[in-house]
Amino acid sequence: MFTLIGNVFKNLRSKYATRLYPYEVRESFAGSRGKLEIDPDICIYCGICAKRCPANAIAVTRKPDKTWTLDPYRCIVCSYCIDVCPKKCLHMNAKHRSPE
Amino acid sequence: MAKNTIIPFGPQHPVLPEPIQLRLVLDEERVVSAIPVVGYVHRGLEKLAEQKDFLQDTYLIERICGICSFIHSLTYSMGIESMMGLTPPPRAQYLRVIWSELHRMHSHLLAVGLLADAFGFENLFMQLWRTREHIMDAMEATTGARVMLGTCCPGGVRKDIDPELLKFILTTLVTVEKEMDEQMPVLLNDYSVKQRLCGVGILDKQTAYERGAVGPTARASGIAMDLRTHGYAAYGELAVEPMVETDGDCYARTKVRVRELYQSISIIRKAIGQIPAGPINVPFKTKPDGEVIMRAEQPRGEVLYYLKGNGSDMLERLRVRTPTFANIPPVLAMLAGCELADVGVIVISIDPCISCTER
Ligand code: SF4
Ligand code: SF4
Repeated sequence: MFTLIGNVFKNLRSKYATRLYPYEVRESFAGSRGKLEIDPDICIYCGICAKRCPANAIAVTRKPDKTWTLDPYRCIVCSYCIDVCPKKCLHMNAKHRSPE
Repeated sequence: MAKNTIIPFGPQHPVLPEPIQLRLVLDEERVVSAIPVVGYVHRGLEKLAEQKDFLQDTYLIERICGICSFIHSLTYSMGIESMMGLTPPPRAQYLRVIWSELHRMHSHLLAVGLLADAFGFENLFMQLWRTREHIMDAMEATTGARVMLGTCCPGGVRKDIDPELLKFILTTLVTVEKEMDEQMPVLLNDYSVKQRLCGVGILDKQTAYERGAVGPTARASGIAMDLRTHGYAAYGELAVEPMVETDGDCYARTKVRVRELYQSISIIRKAIGQIPAGPINVPFKTKPDGEVIMRAEQPRGEVLYYLKGNGSDMLERLRVRTPTFANIPPVLAMLAGCELADVGVIVISIDPCISCTER
């Protein structure tokens, strides 16, 4: 009947479920999404990623300079741009951004 | 004649994870009626959806809700598919079921955890959420994200689950089931928990029907209504039974959720057992045209999508009726006549999702 008492003691006895971040960092799973990165040597600056991005987070220019810029605060990490890129030059890095 | 007092419950209240205000008309400690005030988190997503193309909308739609995100994109994708006459391959249908049920499990664990928190049992709340974390891990391992899976798209799914990861889901379920076997008897049998839940916030079958209750709220009042029984995605091959209770009180609603948690485990196991090999999406070139209404069962109940396309990239109209919206009139009926101290528990017992409601 008073099963909750046992449950309270269980909570007191059991190990921590949390980690002492940043001393102990949880590794992401393989294939986790994260920060979008580009390999600029392969990119042909076609602008398809910028056109398809649902959050308008990418800007691509061809003239006067070829540029590819990401607004990381707009990016919703959906990885749609990675799917549509014809050159497959985009990938995601699951490492947390550090404050730099 | 006694004078009534009106006190505001919310928009910021310890039991509410999201902002909604209920103006409670009180006679002493008893609630006479409640007046809901919504609109604190309206984001205009329906309008925004008309300005993006229908493939981009998939990711926007998912962000209507941070809990049942996958089922939102699933319902939307099913709507688009029905407008374009596409049938996703069987493997995609099974993957959709697996992710939907993982979502249902994490949502129900969240809901019963919040309920435990609402009646003051924080240790139980933390344990339930600790269990929920295993499911979040399973989702991250299979899709790359914890909540916004982004794997459903018109025509099928974007990502396959390889056999290794299917096995990982199964081992996760074993852990989750073991932990639930310890926690659920506490939640359902403890004396003080029963004191707080039994006979509180009763919604009888007739009122539930008249006020259009959906999901666990309706099923706890004896209405055997579960859209999964209609067999969308691969549910038709998995023999889903609605979990029905008849008492209509907060305890019955909790019990429905607990039973559905176990049901989801068996659905996922069954789906993994009989998942066929094959492609995971169908290519298409057409654009959505015409009108469609699509429904699916979310953890909180039935979600309804109205989509109108005109043969172009953009949809002309997108309308969403989320389950919490349908459950607001029933919760007002539950509140009438209850004690002020029970309001928090009653509101949490329908598992309200306000961001969903206001879109
Ligand atoms: S789609 Fe790919 S190749 Fe084209 S601009 Fe974007 S990153 Fe470069
Ligand atoms: S991940 Fe999504 S939101 Fe981010 S840049 Fe790519 S398409 Fe845009």
